[in-house]
This record gives sequence, C-alpha cells and structure tokens, in this order.
Amino acid sequence: METKRIEQHPVLAVPARQAVQFYWNGQAFSGFEGEMISAALFAGGHQIFGHHHKDGSPQGMFCANGQCSQCLVLADGMPVKACMPPLAAGMQVESVAGLPQIPAADQQVTTGDVPIQETEVLIIGGGPAGLSAAVELGKLGIDSLLVDDKDRLGGKLVLQTHKFFGSVADSYAGTRGYEIARLLEDELQTYPSVQVWLEATAVGVFSDRIIGIVQGNRYRLIKAAKMLVATGAREKMLSFPGNTLPGVYGAGAFQTLVNRDLVKCSERVLIVGGGNVGLVAGYHAIQAGIEVAALIEALPEVGGYKVHADKLQRLGVPIYTGHTVVSANGEDRVRSVTIAQLDSNWQVVPGTDRTFAVDTVLIAVGLSKVDEFYLKAKQWGMDVYAAGDAQEIAEASAAMFTGKIEGLKIARALGRHDGDIPAAWDEKARVLKSKPGPVVCREPAAGTEGVLPVFHCFQEVPCNPCTSVCPEKIIRTERDDITGLPYCTTEGACQGCLGCVAICPGLAVTVVDYREDPEQPVVTLPYEIWRDRVGKGQTIAITDDDGRILGEFPVKRVVANRKKYPGTLMVQVQLPRAIAKQAIGIRIQPDLDLDPDELYSSAPLPDEAVICRCERITAGEIRDAIQSGVRDMNQLKALNRAGMGACGSKTCRSMIWRIFQEEGVDLGEVTDRVDRPLFVEAPMGVLAGVPGGIGDA
Amino acid sequence: MRNYDVIIIGAGSVGIPTALALGDAGAKVLVIDAKPSPGQGENKHAIGGIRATHSTRGKILCGLRSLEIFSTWQTLYGDDIEWLQGGYLFPVYREIEETALKSILPIQKKHGLEIEFVGPDAVAAQMPGIVTRGLKGGTFSPKDGSASPLLAINAFYRQALARGAVFRFKEKIQKILTNGGRVTGVVTDRGDYTAPVVVDAAGAYSQPLGQTAGIDIPVIPDSHEGAITEPVQPFFKCMVVDLRPGTGPQNYYFYQNRHGQVVFCITPDPPIIGTDHRETSIFLPQVCKRMVSLVPRLQNVRVRRVWRGLYPMSPDGAPLVGWNSSVEGFFHVTGMCGQGYMLGPGIGEVAARAITGTGRADDDVILKEFSLERQFGGGEEALK
Repeated sequence: METKRIEQHPVLAVPARQAVQFYWNGQAFSGFEGEMISAALFAGGHQIFGHHHKDGSPQGMFCANGQCSQCLVLADGMPVKACMPPLAAGMQVESVAGLPQIPAADQQVTTGDVPIQETEVLIIGGGPAGLSAAVELGKLGIDSLLVDDKDRLGGKLVLQTHKFFGSVADSYAGTRGYEIARLLEDELQTYPSVQVWLEATAVGVFSDRIIGIVQGNRYRLIKAAKMLVATGAREKMLSFPGNTLPGVYGAGAFQTLVNRDLVKCSERVLIVGGGNVGLVAGYHAIQAGIEVAALIEALPEVGGYKVHADKLQRLGVPIYTGHTVVSANGEDRVRSVTIAQLDSNWQVVPGTDRTFAVDTVLIAVGLSKVDEFYLKAKQWGMDVYAAGDAQEIAEASAAMFTGKIEGLKIARALGRHDGDIPAAWDEKARVLKSKPGPVVCREPAAGTEGVLPVFHCFQEVPCNPCTSVCPEKIIRTERDDITGLPYCTTEGACQGCLGCVAICPGLAVTVVDYREDPEQPVVTLPYEIWRDRVGKGQTIAITDDDGRILGEFPVKRVVANRKKYPGTLMVQVQLPRAIAKQAIGIRIQPDLDLDPDELYSSAPLPDEAVICRCERITAGEIRDAIQSGVRDMNQLKALNRAGMGACGSKTCRSMIWRIFQEEGVDLGEVTDRVDRPLFVEAPMGVLAGVPGGIGDA
Repeated sequence: MRNYDVIIIGAGSVGIPTALALGDAGAKVLVIDAKPSPGQGENKHAIGGIRATHSTRGKILCGLRSLEIFSTWQTLYGDDIEWLQGGYLFPVYREIEETALKSILPIQKKHGLEIEFVGPDAVAAQMPGIVTRGLKGGTFSPKDGSASPLLAINAFYRQALARGAVFRFKEKIQKILTNGGRVTGVVTDRGDYTAPVVVDAAGAYSQPLGQTAGIDIPVIPDSHEGAITEPVQPFFKCMVVDLRPGTGPQNYYFYQNRHGQVVFCITPDPPIIGTDHRETSIFLPQVCKRMVSLVPRLQNVRVRRVWRGLYPMSPDGAPLVGWNSSVEGFFHVTGMCGQGYMLGPGIGEVAARAITGTGRADDDVILKEFSLERQFGGGEEALK
C-alpha cells in the first residue's frame, strides 16, 4: 500500500507511534493512534474527503486548524472535521457525499448540568504568546487556566523547524520553533497555579461574561476575572478560479501536514506569496522531500526576510516577483496551476500565462488576527487583553514578548504585581515586530589568512545569535544594535569553532579557513536538508548568495553538534580562493521540468472564483449583489448566504470587502456583518451534558 | 420627493408586506427604517415558522392568508423563498396539554384550519426518533410550514419597490408630526416627510415611537434566543412545538429548514424584558437538554450559531392593529408577540384595506379582535 508518511526528516525526529487499523469508506487502512484523522487519510493517499452538498465540488483539507469545515467526514457516524479529532482503533471514517446523515440513535439519553467554573485568568491559546503570558502569571502564583484546541501546546511553534531570529537572551534566537515550544511548556509545568486544558476549543464569549469551551465531549463554562486572547492568526485567501480544489491550501496548513502530522501531502508545490510564511513553507517543503516548482510574489520584491528567500533560491527554487496566480486547474483536485505576470496597474499582462504541473498550491498572502473572542469580550465590557498575533501580526519572537507584557499587565490589574512592566520589554517587542530593512550590498571583509567568518547577511532584521555564540567575542552588530548587520572586529582572532555557522537562523554565515591551504581554503557551509546528499566525497553544486552555481566540488567533511544545534549540518568543501567567500549554498533541487501537463487555453473567468467556500458563493454572485445596490453585508448574507456557513465568514470576509472595493464602493457606506457565537460548531449532545460520544470513545 | 400618501415606520416583517399591499392599492408609500437594509431588525431573528394554528378567529384567518401568500410566492413571482410545507406538530405527553389542545380544535376547524389530534404513531411518523414512551399523540396541522425570513423579506421588498414604494434606510425617526390632533408626517435625522397617514410597524420599538406623538402604545419587548445547526440530511419537515414547561424556560420549538439545518428557539420564563439582544451562556445548555430529551438523535447535530431576538409583546399576546383613537391618521400594525413574520403578509393586507377604506366583511372581525381599544384584562391567547 502506498504510504505518504515522512519516515525521515532532516530536522524533526520521527516518533514511534502505535499503529491501529481504521476504516475509510469500509476499507481497512492503518494509521497511528491519536493522530488526526486527516493525517491518517493523507498518509493513505486520500486527499478528497467528500463532495459539497450544494454543487458536488470535491472537498478536502484547507485550514488544517479546526476553523473551516472543508475537511468534513463522518467518524463513527458523527460529522466531524477530519483535522481535529484523534484517530482511534477501529474507527469507521466515511466520506461525506452531500449532507451527512446523522445516526438514528434513538435511545433516551440522560442530560447533565454544565457547571460554571471560576478562574482568575483564562488564557485562550497555548502558542508563543499564551505560553509566555502563562509563565509570567505562574511565576506570581496567579490561578490561571490555559485552553488550547490542539493536542499539544506551542501553537504554530510546533510547526516551525527553522531556528528563530531575535536575541538569544530574550527570545530563544537560534533555537528551532518546536523546541521553543517544549522549553516554554517545561517552564510552565513548574508553576502549579496554571492549569492547562488541551483539545479544549473555546466556542463563544457570552454577554453574561462566561466563556463556553468544548473539551472532548464535554461542554464547560468558565467565568474569569481577566481574559487573555492569544488565539494567533488565520491565513488570508485569494480569489481565483479553482481556489477551492483539494490541493489549494494555506502555507500554515501545509506546515501542519508536513511538520506536525509528518505526511508528505504533495509531490510538487507552487507557493503564492513571498512573505516569511511562504518562504519558510518552501523551505519546509524541501525538507519534507517535496519539490517546489516556484514561489511567486505579486510585488516587485519579496516581502519576507532576504535570508529566507536566499535559502530557497540557493536550493534551486525560482522566485518570480511581479506575478500572480491565474487559476488552479483540475477536475477533482489540483493538477496544475497557471500564473502570469502583472503590470504596474496590477493587471495580468496578456500572453504571459505559464502553467506548471503541480499537485498543490500554497497560499501565503498574509494573515489576519483571530480576534472574534477579543471583540466579543470587549463588547460585553470584560477586562480582556490580547497578545501575539491576536494583538498584532508579527513574528513568534515578538509574540513571546507581547505575551509576557500582557501577562504582567493582567497581574497588575489583579493587584498581584506592583512593579512596572519593564520598559525594555516594550522596546524589545517593538524591535521584534519591526519590518526588515532594505537590502544592502556589502563586500565580504578583507583578509585571506587564518580563519574568519563570512557574513551573507545583507538586510537588517532583529537577530543577533552570532554575536552571543562567539567565544572570542569578535562578532558584533553595527551600532551594537540587534537589527544591525554583523561584522568581525579586529580585537581578537577567530578560532574556527563554527558556532556562528551552526546557530545562524538565516543560514547566512560561513567560515573560511585558509590555514591548511591558502589557495584552496576549507569553507564550512550550513546545511539542513537531507544528509544523504552531502556524504563525504560526494560531489555537490555550490552556489553564491543568489543561487547561481559556482561549481561542483566534493564534500571534504561533514560536522555537526547534534546536542547543541540539532538539525544543522556543517558541510566542508575546499574551494578555489577566488570563490571561497562567495560560497554559501548547496543546490539540492534539480532544475524542474516545468512543462505543463495540460494547457488551459480558455482560462476561467475570475468571477468563477469561489469566495464563500462553505456555501459555495462565487465572486460573480457577490459582485452582482453589490451592483444591484447591496451595501449591507448582512443583506448580502440574507440574499445569497455568503458568510453563513460553518466557518462564520472567517475566510471570505476580507475577500468580500475587497470586491466592494473593486466595485468602487465607498467602504464607509458598507455595513459590516454581525458576528455571533458559536465560533466553532458544537454538538447538541455535548451542550446538553450527555455523557459519551466520540470524546469518550 | 417629500410628500406621500402613507409613511410606514419599520422595514421589517410587518412594514414591508404592508407597503406591498398598499402599493397594490395604488398608494404612494414611503418606508423608513433606522437599519441599513430590509429585515435587519427582528425579522432576521425569526426562525421561519408559519402557521395558522392559532386559537382565535382573527389570527387563524390572518395566518391562513399568510400561508397562502408564502406558499404561492414562488409560483407568482419566481423567487424561491425556501417554502416548506411540513406542518406544525404539537406532541403531547401530559393530560393538561392534551385537554388544552383538544379544547381549541373546534374553533380552529370552524375557521378553516386543517388540524387533527393524531395518535402516537402518527406523531412519530412526522418526527422520527421522538421519544415514544408516554407519548399520547398530538395535534398536527399539515398545511402550516416554514420559509426563510431572510429570503422572504427581500422578495417582499423587491415587489414593494416594483409597486413604487420608496425606502429610506439608516434614517431614524425623531418625531411624528401632528397638527390639530392629525398626523401630518414625520421628522427623521435626515429630513422631514409629509403624509396624511403614518403607519406604526415598529414592532419592539413602537412604544418609544408613540411617545414622540404623546401616545402610550402598550408594547413591551422581551427577548428570546434562537439557534441554528449545521445542515444534515433532512429527516423531518414539521415544526415541533413542545408546550411542556421546564425549569426556567417554558415551551420550545424547532424544525429542519430546506438546507437541512435545524432551527430552534425557547421561551424564557420569567420573560427577559427589554431590548437586550446579547447572547447568553444559559440558552444552549437549557434548550439542548430539552431537545435531546425529546429527540435523542439530535445529540449528534452540531449547533452553528445562536442569536437573540425581541418579541414585541402586547398585554394579552395578540396583535395591535388599527387606527389610533387619539391621533387621527396614525395606524398601528404592531405588537405581533413574536409572530410578525408569520402574520405580517396576512395582517399587512388587512391593514392596507383599512387604510385605503376597502375593507372586507371579515376584516371588521379581525380588526375588532386586534383593536387597541379592546379590554386587555381577558384571557390570553392560548397559542401565543
């Protein structure tokens, strides 16, 4: 049987798990106990989970985050999102064709009361912000409850296999995201005043200032003196024909599949969006053994860190700026994607269409705050705080700081902390949120003697692990500022310890050692893809900063400090003196055969793009309503159900606003939709306190 | 244009059908509403049930006419308003409800309602999965049904526009203008409009509206919560009303709409007086307990959204329709007690005929029953 499991990963350890048998549409398959149903299905090669009841369109994974409802399946007869409940031995999983049929379970049931539980602080979300806040509250012994809808803490940190930027002292820079999650969790466990509920989904904030939480098959009501919303962000979507085909998903959803669920969900992807999320997703794809056909970005330049873009280009991924996605193509799932160049007015340049054979299109065009809990709590006059992306979209390192700050603010508001919030924290949070600076050109430092680090770091970002790790203290940043570019002082001599190569989150430091052979110095390159490609004696293609191949050279040695820098290999090659300081990357991905497998000569009209995925409402239908005079999102919803589906307009809302804008409507005239709980659907039996159900299985 | 034959205050369940009926009669109508689009007050909070199963002649007749309008709408105008003729089922487990329901059967039948008290098997056939232990039977009225309030109001709106009605949204009424005891028009935050007739279709907000003309309209809103589930394969068509009181709330009712979504609502006890629309944490556990106890298989259906809506309550639970006795030209179509959506089209026609002086024989009976001058001390309507 075909398996799509990732059995080896250059960075992540693949845990041993208990295999169990389950059934997909009556056929027996093997999965791992406790993994998400969707992971087991993907592992078996099933990516189409059902067909939409309205138009029969194929449905599959989209958000991988329990937020949309596109991955609906029946598990033991009960409609569930495949990405959320854990797989159990013998589970009968069925695809949903049309509407799910609920089981005729007609035995009389006993119902139970849902007691209200009190806590001083409720934290919704156990990602970097929520965990950091909980640690601050725990230090002060404040009775707190942290709830998270996933089966483990860390939020999106658990998906991040790359090393973090920022500073070593304050935000675990140089440490990989999933390890930071573990460190924070370990620290939290030392504070008994903080209780953690996992697989606990907050579903609503009510006007009686009570928060409804579904944990497994139990409904719980929480009354908290203070609430911190650390719910993170959700991915924005784009409107293009084919945008709901299985195989189109958010870059974060993709990271969940490859890095958390360890399934190789694709053979070849194309990434739309050149921010850090898209760039990092491309890198994660290659680490998972998935080819990246290209990364495209509508703007003239990528918006993410240059070091992330460089990493991708060096591995052989072409980056096309000034391009957009025209359509995702395929009947049952993505078979190819068409892109085209944009002119200065954001219009597609005719004749520039190109179609790539890919099975997956990742959308990484930005994030929006998950702020429905915060807004409702504010509306009800609760003392509510927000941290991390729920406060402002930024890097996870910044989220840890805003978490700490808001945690301490809550402690102060409770009268449990009389000190000030350290002023430096605010400053650090501000710096960590800062956008990358312009790209600068810099010649490598002079000198061809001894051993010296070479910095391939050409853009100011808040990051300084190289300065902390150097035992000789000769690496500094300009202005001694965390965003300054690194350089070597002349007040000492590099001893070639390679710490800076190993720790650099951007993989942007090499060490060139002229001591053995000044004409053929040994260059140490950072590397974190497949080990088998860089064996001793193996010939590898060495690239410069922009991914141009400088030549092919044999590997002299591979070194690593597994304990301190897990996942980072240091590949040593002897290179001609002339190119030694230019060398930085190792080309891994061959030039792909990018001929399309089919031609889409009649490109579908943009109005065919689906805006509301839950109710299958197209851009054309929404445009018609707007053109007929609708200026109230609630009336729009009444007329065509846009935004009325399971997700409550989490995905389509911003796209609907955009169509109003495209139609030249003054947005000040448009009435926004009214949001109401539940923010995530919950079974009536759970709300009624009926014991049993899937969570008790 | 600032001069109209009739100004209707409220573009909701009652105001829009009334505008439509007045448009049919050739009147120049202006409809004013503070909300940004049709039905954005309480109409969108209605769950969608439409019945003629009432206990008084006026309401039965208006209900029957409403049913006719809803059920023939698509044939007449082409818009699908998701009409579903599933009937109303009142299952009975106790003698007290059996006696009460059976006692009103004669008047219901007399005024043309198709309704029977049926046995437990027939009840279970209508509502598969209903608990049969102790089930005594129930009333079933097959011609009742449901339709989407959201689609219906917009369909009525389009037809009102087609008949020349003018709508002013996002406009707040500041004052009803009178001169010598006669209505002359209204003042809004955006301007003045004149008309010899002003119609109060303001529902829950009728009392403050009346105060601008120095009149006390006995409408006190109270609040009910509703909810809707995900869509699942249709397995019942009727509205199920369980009249038994519970601890806290009173009766509750639910049906499955054309999309397969179960829509439900409960009547709080004591009533939650006021215009507070905010969702509470109490409602879902309360109503879900009742529903899964009645139909256990509902436990596996997931609730999608909750909301709260207002019932504009009159003192006795019946509508308030007719000319105001102290201000000439001021006509009320209000106090629908949570039935504005289902009664609106029928009552709107009665109101339009009264306003244009073209009333029919039955109208007098209806208007007498709904008169603002009636004695409110009498018994409450049994199926309010």
